[in-house]
Order: sequence, then C-alpha cells, then structure tokens
Amino acid sequence: MAMTATELMGSKAYDAQGNFVGKVREFFVEPADQPNRVAHFLLARGSFQPLVARHDQVAAIEAGKIELNVPERALGTYEPNEGWLAVTKDLLDQQIIDTSGRKVVRVNDVDLTEQRTNGNVELRITQVDVGLPGAARRLLQGIAPQRLIRGLQNRLPTRAIRWEFVNLVEPDPLRRLKLRITHEKLEDLHPADLADIMEELSPAERQGIISSLDEETAAAVLAELDARLTTQIVEKLDPEKAADILEEMAPDAAADVLGGLSKETSEELLEEMPGQEAEEVRELLEFDPATAGGMMNTDFVFVGDKSQRDEVVEWMKEQELNLDQLDTIVLLDGGAQFSGTVSVARLLLASPEQILKELKQEPLLSVQPNADERDVFELFDKYNLRMLTVVDDDGRPLGVITVDDVVSKLVK
Amino acid sequence: MWSRESLEAMGERWTDRVQRVRDAIRPFRRRILMFLAVVGPGLIVSNVDNDAGGIYTYAQSGAKYGNMVLWSLIPMTIALYVSLEMCSRMGAFTGKGLSDLIREEFGFRVTFFLMAAILLVNLGNVMAEFTGVFWASENMGVSRFISVPVAAVAVWVLVVQGTAKWVERIFLTFCLIYFAYVISAFLAKPDWLISLLHLFPPHLMQYVPGMKQVVQVPKFNAEYAVILAALVGTTIAPWQHFYLQAAVVEKRVGPRQYPTTRNDVIVGSISCMVIVFFIIVCTAATLYANGIHEVTDAGTAAIALRPLAGKLASLLFSIGLLNASLFAASILPLSTSYVVCEALGFESGIDRKFREAKIFYALYTSLILLGSFLVLALGKFAQTILLWSQVLNGFLLPPVLIFVLILVNRRDLMGEKVNSKSFNWVAWISTAAMIILTLVVAYTSIHELFTHPASQTR
Repeated sequence: MAMTATELMGSKAYDAQGNFVGKVREFFVEPADQPNRVAHFLLARGSFQPLVARHDQVAAIEAGKIELNVPERALGTYEPNEGWLAVTKDLLDQQIIDTSGRKVVRVNDVDLTEQRTNGNVELRITQVDVGLPGAARRLLQGIAPQRLIRGLQNRLPTRAIRWEFVNLVEPDPLRRLKLRITHEKLEDLHPADLADIMEELSPAERQGIISSLDEETAAAVLAELDARLTTQIVEKLDPEKAADILEEMAPDAAADVLGGLSKETSEELLEEMPGQEAEEVRELLEFDPATAGGMMNTDFVFVGDKSQRDEVVEWMKEQELNLDQLDTIVLLDGGAQFSGTVSVARLLLASPEQILKELKQEPLLSVQPNADERDVFELFDKYNLRMLTVVDDDGRPLGVITVDDVVSKLVK
Repeated sequence: MWSRESLEAMGERWTDRVQRVRDAIRPFRRRILMFLAVVGPGLIVSNVDNDAGGIYTYAQSGAKYGNMVLWSLIPMTIALYVSLEMCSRMGAFTGKGLSDLIREEFGFRVTFFLMAAILLVNLGNVMAEFTGVFWASENMGVSRFISVPVAAVAVWVLVVQGTAKWVERIFLTFCLIYFAYVISAFLAKPDWLISLLHLFPPHLMQYVPGMKQVVQVPKFNAEYAVILAALVGTTIAPWQHFYLQAAVVEKRVGPRQYPTTRNDVIVGSISCMVIVFFIIVCTAATLYANGIHEVTDAGTAAIALRPLAGKLASLLFSIGLLNASLFAASILPLSTSYVVCEALGFESGIDRKFREAKIFYALYTSLILLGSFLVLALGKFAQTILLWSQVLNGFLLPPVLIFVLILVNRRDLMGEKVNSKSFNWVAWISTAAMIILTLVVAYTSIHELFTHPASQTR
C-alpha cells in the first residue's frame, strides 16, 4: 500500500508486546546504504529520550500505526548522523532539481510504498509530490478526516517526480559526500539548461553545484550564466579550481569573467593558469569590454592564402578544432598580414587544387581592436556576417568576433 | 573662409574630442552602470508607498489632526528603515526570497495561512488603488464605470505584455508630482517652526517649559488610533518586505553589492518620509487650518494644492493620484501573485505561458478583476475602503515582522550577519508598538461598533 510522508508522521509505534513506544517524529534514508529505503524511524514519547527503530525491526506499517517486531529495549537511542537524510527536515518544503523536467521545484510531500522482505516491512520512496495533492494533504492533515483528504487528493491533478530523477541540493560539501549526492545527472543536461536551473538557486547552493561539477561542464555552465553570478561564483571558488575551470573556457569568455573580478583576484587566478593560456587572456583583458578588442576571441583558425584546398583540409583534420563552432577561416598573406576570410562551405565545395586566395569573401572587412562595439554590430547587420576579423595597426589579425559574441552582447 | 576643408577639419577635431571624452569616462561607465543596477528597489518600494491609500491617509490625517500626527513620522522612518533593511540583508546574504525562507523554515501550513492573509490584505490594497482611479477620474469628469474598467484592462495588458518595466519608469518619473506638495506647502506659508516642533511627541513636549502654548496635544481616542494605525500601515506595508527581498535576490545583490543596496534603502525611507511630512504640513495648513477636517473626495484633497496651482489644483491632484494609483496597481497584483505562488510551489512568472502557470495567472487576473469590481460595487464607501485597507496592512505587519525577526536572527541562515543587539532592540520595540496599536484599534473599533453602530463608516 502506498502512503505519504505526511501520513506517516505522528504514527504511533507499538513494540512486539503491543506496548506503545512513541510517535514517529522523523524518518531517515541512509543513501550510502540504499538510496530509496527508509532506514530509521525516530520515535518520540513525551520527555523521554527519543528512540530509533531500524528498518528490519518493523513488522507492519499503515498510516497512523507501526508495529515493531522487537521489544522496546532492543531499540537504540538517537544520535545525530550527518549521513542520514531526514525526510521532513531535509526534503519537505525544500527545493530540489528535477533532472527529467530540467527545473527547480519545491517538495510538498514524499510518496512511499511498502515492500515486504523476509519477515519485515520496508518503506521505499517512490516519488516526491510537487503538486496540489501534496499541498492539500500538508494543509489538512490532522485537521480533516483521513477519508476526506484522500477523496480530495484523488480529484486534484498530480505533479510528481520519480525519486531517481530527484537531485538534492546540499550546499555543505562534507554533508554532500556523506549523503552520496552526486551531480552526474546534472552533467548530462545541456549547460544552458543547467545555467537556468542554477539561476533559481541560492548562492550557497550554486557554489555547491559548481564545485562538484567536472571542470569542462563547469566552464560551459559559467559561460552561460548571468555575468554577475559568474563573478560571484568564481570569487568564492578555491583559486586552483577556478583556474582549472577558466582554462577550459574560451579565452574571450575567461577574459569576461576575470574582467568582473578585482585586480588582485584576477591576477591570482592568472598566475595559477598555464603560461600560454594566461598570456592570451591577459592580452584580451587589456581591451575595454565595449570595444571590438573586448569582444574578440583569440582562438581562431588561420592558414596561408596560397595554400590549396586539399592541403588545408588535411591540415584541419590533424588539429583539435571545435567543429560545431567553426564556420570561417582567416587567410594570411606572405607578410603574416590579414588577407581575407573563407567560409567552410566554400572550402567544402572547392576543387582539390584550388588556391584559397581565390575563394576569398568580398568585401574585405576587418576592424581595429579599439573600434566601438556599436560599429561592430552595424557591420554584422549590414553585411550579414558570421565572423569579423580584428587586426592591429600593421594589419596582423589579433582575433575574431563571431556572431554569437554579438548576439550575447545585444541580449544584455 | 568656411571652405569645405576647414569644416571637415573642424568636424574631425570634434569627433576626436568626443572620442577622447568617451575614452576618459570608459573606466567609470561600468561602475555607474553597476550602481544603477543595484539602486532602485528601495526607492521603488518607498515610492509605491505613496499610492492612493497613502495619499488619502496622509491628507486625511493632516486634515483631521493638523500638526498633531507629525511626531509619528520620525519613529516611523526608523521602523521603515529597520524593517526594510533586514529584508534586503536577508536577500543579499541568503539569496532567497522572504516567502521562500518562511516556507523552508516554518513549513507548509504556516506559509499557507500567511499567504492567504497577504492575498486578502493586498486585495484591499488593490481596491484602494482602483478607488484612487475612481476619485481621480470623477474629479476630471469621467464616470467611474468607464475609468475603472479601462484602468483594470490597461494594467492587465501592460503587465502581461511585458511592457510594464518600461511603463514603470514613466510612473516613477511622474512621481515627481509629489514635489507639487512640497512647493504648495511653502506657498501656503505654514508656521514652519511649530510644524517642526511637532516632530517631537507633543505629549512630552508640553512639559518642556514654554512649549505648552505652542504645541497641540491630540486626544487619544479610537479615531486617533485608527489614523495612526493607517499611517503605519500605509508607510510600512507588509508587501513591501516581500517585494524588496525578491527584488534584491533578482538583481543578484550579493555581500559585495550589499552596502549600495543599504544606501538605497536609507535614501528610499528618508525621501518617502520627507514627502509625507510635506503632504501633512500642506494639508494641515490648507484644510485643517480652514476647518475642513474630513477628506471626502478628490476635490477636498485637491484644495491642499491650491496655493501652488490655483484653479488647476484639482487637475494637478487628479493626475498625481491617477499616476500613483496606476503605478501601484501595476506592481501590487503582480508581486502578490508572484510571492504567493513562489511560497506554495506553483509555477510563476510573466515569462511562463498561461498553460504552465495557470494558478499564477488566475490569481493575478482575479486580484485585478475582483479589486476593480468591488470598487465599482462599493463606490459610496470609497473613504472606508481607502482608510481600512491601510489599517489592515497595519494588522498584518506585526506577524510578518515577527517572521522577519526570527529569520534574520538565525545564525545558520545569516552567519555573522544576524542583527546586532541594538538593532534587535529597535526592531522588537517597533514591532511591539505596532502590535499594541493594532490591538487598540481592534478593541476600540469593535467597542464602537457595538456602542454606536451608526458611526462605523468614517
């Protein structure tokens, strides 16, 4: 039979001889042992010291009544344990992440089901109720008769999340470890979805999630988050971890994050990063965020303009390129100066021996790093660009601005 | 002399200069933007305070008691600052809204009843806003049966369409109309010294040698208690605390930006009270001094603006009242449904589709519908609606403040940022004062209801 946490609370417990032991005041799951089994019941009676019944000491359970299969003296006394998840304190009314629906919800009630194992009865958590039935029960339990509540509940639309899709948010890292809370399921979400979820949580909870994600995911999520939140999170991270995450980010995104931090923190993090990457980010930091230099990314693909199509394709195969984002290649002439750009689509359809210079896109466009961001937006709009090259005074390319940089600037 | 070359050269020089100025302010631009991003909620909250219910209450108290209510402004400023500061601090340091915290720490049932009370009290507030629309429009010669439905539909559409943020700024700018009261107060030439002396409790001042002839001591009776409770209720409204904390969380104010937010709250509380001071002084000098002790409609209230606007006073007042009412009407129903849905775990937010957030939209719509409908139906009790909606605010305030005080003193939530001892004293004393005031009002009005059933509408 199914029941809910609210119904179980306050149930009277009787020992093997039928003597009253106490009322259920709390019950615990021990995730290190089994993730969904109710492992301990806290039984309280007046001013006596509360007792704890283990799952294998329970003979029968129904709403309002628990029968134990041991005498009262076999029960232990209660000692707080960080590894126990208290269902009413840690779960009811708290926020959890629904990993299947990809959102943050608040728990109204917890649904339990009975399971018979050799000689005793175990309760298992099946799902958490986040809808109206749970709300109605929480409101009316103990005030209205049981039948009426059940009747009302059956009429209300249900909204529940299966226990395996529930991801708890616990800010304290030690407690998280003891409760075996991992964020593996979160890592499977799209970084943008995860960023949305994080924006709904409190700072401590965000911190907890970021610090337990792997660096790659953390970097992707930070790049999607609101700039102010990113700054707050990175400030509080352990510098070594922060540097590892920044290293995974594209240099322009990393520069944006560092630009929001204080000079000292930003310098400290740059020290922690490997030389070459730190250098790239440092160069980007020199530019005002509202200029072409502040928007550009120094990570771009460039080849000589006299190379042949096949040569280039072969070379690209050997490189570790971010293929999902790459759509334009920068051409350099003999003097390492900017000569033009070629789209990947043109490259794809060109004949094998074709010289890249002949594929150049017209008109030839580039901007200086101190150009105002509005000039950049105008160029993108006027020429329907997907990428724009930033060149220095000598005409040497410094970096590129891609259309997604422009979009994210405009959305802010 | 004006050759093309010279013009071009001049143009170039100018662009060059502009560019140099732009480069020079660039480093500060970020800081200014950051300041603007954080400043705001405190100012908005205090300004929405001076809504229809507020203006009416101030005008009524000024007309009824003249300078004799001024002494309550200083303790009220302190109480307003103290209570709002606690909420903004909680928002900045826990990153959670007030209703979220109450739900997490006090459970579902407590939250449910609190939210039900808030819903009811804020329905009263929404009614007060539509009464403001009603008064303003009748004063301009438009029937309430046209203006109130139009206002209701306009508010609903603006907010749901998401243009509200933009409109909010217009309303906020129009709040400058309050300065009309400041000017009008000066033009009415009140005795400033006497008004300022009344900022101290006259009950004590009369014992200061030489003051007995100068200060007027109010008689403490049911009417006076109701006016005081309404003043407190309209200035320190429960919904403000929820709104402010939610705004602080939404603006991502963290510990580092918190000092700016605190300044914002200080500026908001003090500026709100300065305006209240001028409104009361102005009405005292124009209405009370001329023997008009009852504000029965917008026409009467507008007399206060005559020293400034003469014949146009009535129009000026109507525009101000309409603006204040619409401003509050576009914020109140929305923030109420938001807070209630967040606390009870329903999907909420204007960015959600109707299908996803049915309860949210239902609450929002019915607050506006019911509020405007009741105002139309109960048109002749307009005064009672205006005054008692503010008194109800005063009733709900103590429980909300008690929750705030318990939460803000929890070390597991706030860490080092719990209230200091002296801060706690001020906060608990103001809460206790409000509880006593509430009880006095409740007692006296019930008492009066039974002894003189006819005088129940004031």
